[in-house]
Amino acid sequence: MSGFSFQIDGVEVTAKPGQTIMEAADEVGIYIPRLCDHEGLRHQGGCRVCTVKAGGRSVAACTQPAAPDLVVENETPHINKLRRDLVGMLFNEGNHLCPICEASGNCELQAMAYRLGMTEPTKFPYLEPCRPVDASHPDIALDNNRCISCGRCVRASQDVDGKGIFGYVGRGIHRHIAANGPDLRHTDAEVTDFAISAEVCPVGCIIRKREGFARPIGERDYDDHLIGYDIEKKRDE
Amino acid sequence: MTQASTFETDQDQVALICERHQKDPHRMLDILRDVQDQFRWISRETMATVAGKTGLTQVAVEGVASFYAFLSLTPRGRVTIRLCDDIVDRFAGLPAVVEAFENALGIAVGQTSADGAFSLEYTPCIGLCDQAPAAMINDVVLTGLTPEKVREMVAALKGGKRPEDLISHRFDALSPYERAKRMVKNNVRHAGAVLLGPVPEDAGLMKALAQTPAAIIDQIAASGLRGCGGAGFTTGMKWRFAEQAEADRKFIICNADEGEPGTFKDRVLLTERPHLLIEGMTIAARAVGAREGILYLRGEYVYLRPLIEEVLAERRAKGLLGKAIMGVEGFDFDIRLQMGAGAYICGEEGALISSCEGLPGEPKTRPPFPVTCGYLGFPTVVNNVETFCHAARILDCGAQWFFDMGTEGSHGTKLFSVSGDCINPGIYELPYGLSVRALLEMAGGEDAAAVLVGGPSGTMIARDTFDRKLTFDDLATGGAIVVFSPERNILEIVEYYMSFFVHESCGYCTPCRVGNVFLQKAVAKFRQGLANPADIAYLKDLSATIIETSRCGLGMTSPNPILSTLENFPLVYSAMVKPPKDRIRATFDIQSAISDARVLAKRRSSIYDKDFTK
Ligand SMILES: Cc1cc2nc3c(=O)[nH]c(=O)nc-3n(C[C@H](O)[C@H](O)[C@H](O)COP(=O)(O)O)c2cc1C
Ligand code: SF4
Ligand code: SF4
Ligand code: SF4
Ligand code: FES
Ligand code: FES
Repeated sequence: MSGFSFQIDGVEVTAKPGQTIMEAADEVGIYIPRLCDHEGLRHQGGCRVCTVKAGGRSVAACTQPAAPDLVVENETPHINKLRRDLVGMLFNEGNHLCPICEASGNCELQAMAYRLGMTEPTKFPYLEPCRPVDASHPDIALDNNRCISCGRCVRASQDVDGKGIFGYVGRGIHRHIAANGPDLRHTDAEVTDFAISAEVCPVGCIIRKREGFARPIGERDYDDHLIGYDIEKKRDE
Repeated sequence: MTQASTFETDQDQVALICERHQKDPHRMLDILRDVQDQFRWISRETMATVAGKTGLTQVAVEGVASFYAFLSLTPRGRVTIRLCDDIVDRFAGLPAVVEAFENALGIAVGQTSADGAFSLEYTPCIGLCDQAPAAMINDVVLTGLTPEKVREMVAALKGGKRPEDLISHRFDALSPYERAKRMVKNNVRHAGAVLLGPVPEDAGLMKALAQTPAAIIDQIAASGLRGCGGAGFTTGMKWRFAEQAEADRKFIICNADEGEPGTFKDRVLLTERPHLLIEGMTIAARAVGAREGILYLRGEYVYLRPLIEEVLAERRAKGLLGKAIMGVEGFDFDIRLQMGAGAYICGEEGALISSCEGLPGEPKTRPPFPVTCGYLGFPTVVNNVETFCHAARILDCGAQWFFDMGTEGSHGTKLFSVSGDCINPGIYELPYGLSVRALLEMAGGEDAAAVLVGGPSGTMIARDTFDRKLTFDDLATGGAIVVFSPERNILEIVEYYMSFFVHESCGYCTPCRVGNVFLQKAVAKFRQGLANPADIAYLKDLSATIIETSRCGLGMTSPNPILSTLENFPLVYSAMVKPPKDRIRATFDIQSAISDARVLAKRRSSIYDKDFTK
């Protein structure tokens, strides 16, 4: 099968067989919001922020294959309301205090909330979990209070670094990221690992020590642009 | 014995267990189950050994060990007692039973005695709802518990008896079937024409082997058979997809996870019709060209394991499994038994496959579907126990015979598991199309105020809709019918089922992992009388998001207890709602708000603690 076309919010998009809706959208400069998906990593389909309506069914755009003549709804009030709910769940599941967070301004969760127009607290209760901080490693700290369980670090370490320093443990609301050992110091994690790099962890959970606030507030990723800007600007080119 | 030696794990033994499973990472669940059985827990040291032997990372081993409720990362008692704490058991007298256990053992639920002898735990429905309260004690099950029985049992166990001795003093001399029958009553209340009436041995398989695989599939399709595990997918179509898939290996998996609270029909089939089940799997293998099969048995049914193993061995000896089945050259098929370890989500077919692969029971991304890419990436047919049994009978008696029973779109018979507030709880095999009222009359549950059809992921209906029909198009059910009398508190039932879903969510996706916790909290607010009118809309709104964005069937149905009671019992909610007064949030409670601060400051509040002067 050669290339085929389908529609996202009325725009004709061409896709290659095997491409997901999100991959095809990225190529033509249509941004579909996402948190657990990251270019170059296996798709996980866990955060559900990329939910779109495809052929009338709600699916995750990061894992759903594109199909000929599919009609996809992305930026609709209904879909964005679902996304706000999901982002709200992620906020209230952990402990997020943006004003004192190293990631503020670079954080994809925070930026997603801005993009979706979340300007006030949701109706959701705060779960206020007690999560330990792991500062055992000389160069890396993990503040699990901000982890959104996106699994990007797990896949990056496993598939790119070939190490497997992170994994998921537990089930349900207790499922969380753990180091491959009693703490991070007892793994072969290095600050030069791709998994530890700034682009992998979307929030302020994985922190490279002695690098804090290297880029001042005001010059950070999402200070001037909405999240998704890098993809959307392709459309104007 | 000191504490340390009580809980110590001999790592050489762990290594041996790994060797016994060929150090195969896909057998991780078997390895960890064996370790748990032998040493009563999985220590960090053990995980390191297992990781080393199987070539996985330690955190990957921990991922499996921490996922399943029957595996534990802290030491459990040599005798581990798991009480079903489902709402049905609570209404059947569980609280008194729990108290008796706690007093007799000197430990609370969730604890292990210091000498390592006993653990007491709660577990969701163990499939014995028709004889609740029920419990597992290691690998045996006990039913119809009363405080007196509990005191006698604990005394016997403390006196050195094994859990097996509680069943019979000559337990070891009994056949696996006799043992199962001593532990659990079948309670077959109505036998139908297909499954629980007389069934000739392997007649379906014999006829199947005289036909081409395509003809077998045509018959299954023509019979109208649909999956009995809950989703109701057309079985003939599933088999045809798998038959058409090109691959070196194909698999037939039987889903005997039966985790939906209130469902226990597969338990009875596994006890009374195990040969019919294996016959059905063998026919499926013939139809799709599979040589390998897996029977996934829920951990709660471990008491049936010897029975199933005996049946498999018997069939191998008779040439009904293995090479050249019934003398047909080139028709080879064998089945392995995979034990689960306490996870409702493993009934979802993708999660079931993950679990068979030795992974945490997380559903798989769909597409691809199991029929093209299932176990280890090979085309796989997953069917429910009852579905396979029906298939074998259809091959014997003909598609038309089956098609003529039931109603348009819902053909044949169905096993209903009836429990709760009725005189005759048990199994009813009936053609599709009966009304709920008719079933209630048979079961002696006419007084019901509410009936839960299909378990918590199904629908809760009220008296005014008891004329609805038990069919795929009206009230679909995997078989669970739970009856509630007028004394029962609907919100208590709903809150329990939401806590069940919170407990059983795998945690992979946001809406189900987090959203269900929010729902549970919101229902709790109603029960405490702290809800305000806007909370009804909040429940509906949040439920809709969870249903629409969840990754698998668990999250897509988990709000059903709330939504179906909001629809059918609106008054129980509105009666609990208080209009907000004067801008004060009813949920705000100053005492609990300052309790943490009180602990930190190590003193009471001079303003808010009423008894400050005392
Ligand atoms: C959360 C969840 C739990 C399930 N549990 C079971 C189960 O215990 N037994 C079962 O046969 N099917 C269960 N299913 C349905 C299976 O995913 C699958 O549809 C079924 O095994 C297919 O067999 P069938 O077509 O013969 O029904 C469950 C589905 C979900 C979403
Ligand atoms: S991780 Fe992001 S959302 Fe969380 S506190 Fe930091 S900046 Fe805020
Ligand atoms: S640590 Fe960061 S990258 Fe890893 S799962 Fe948590 S949020 Fe995602
Ligand atoms: S819906 Fe629930 S059970 Fe299903 S994948 Fe998501 S978290 Fe897991
Ligand atoms: S980006 Fe698709 S589910 Fe997270
Ligand atoms: S065994 Fe307790 S409800 Fe099923």
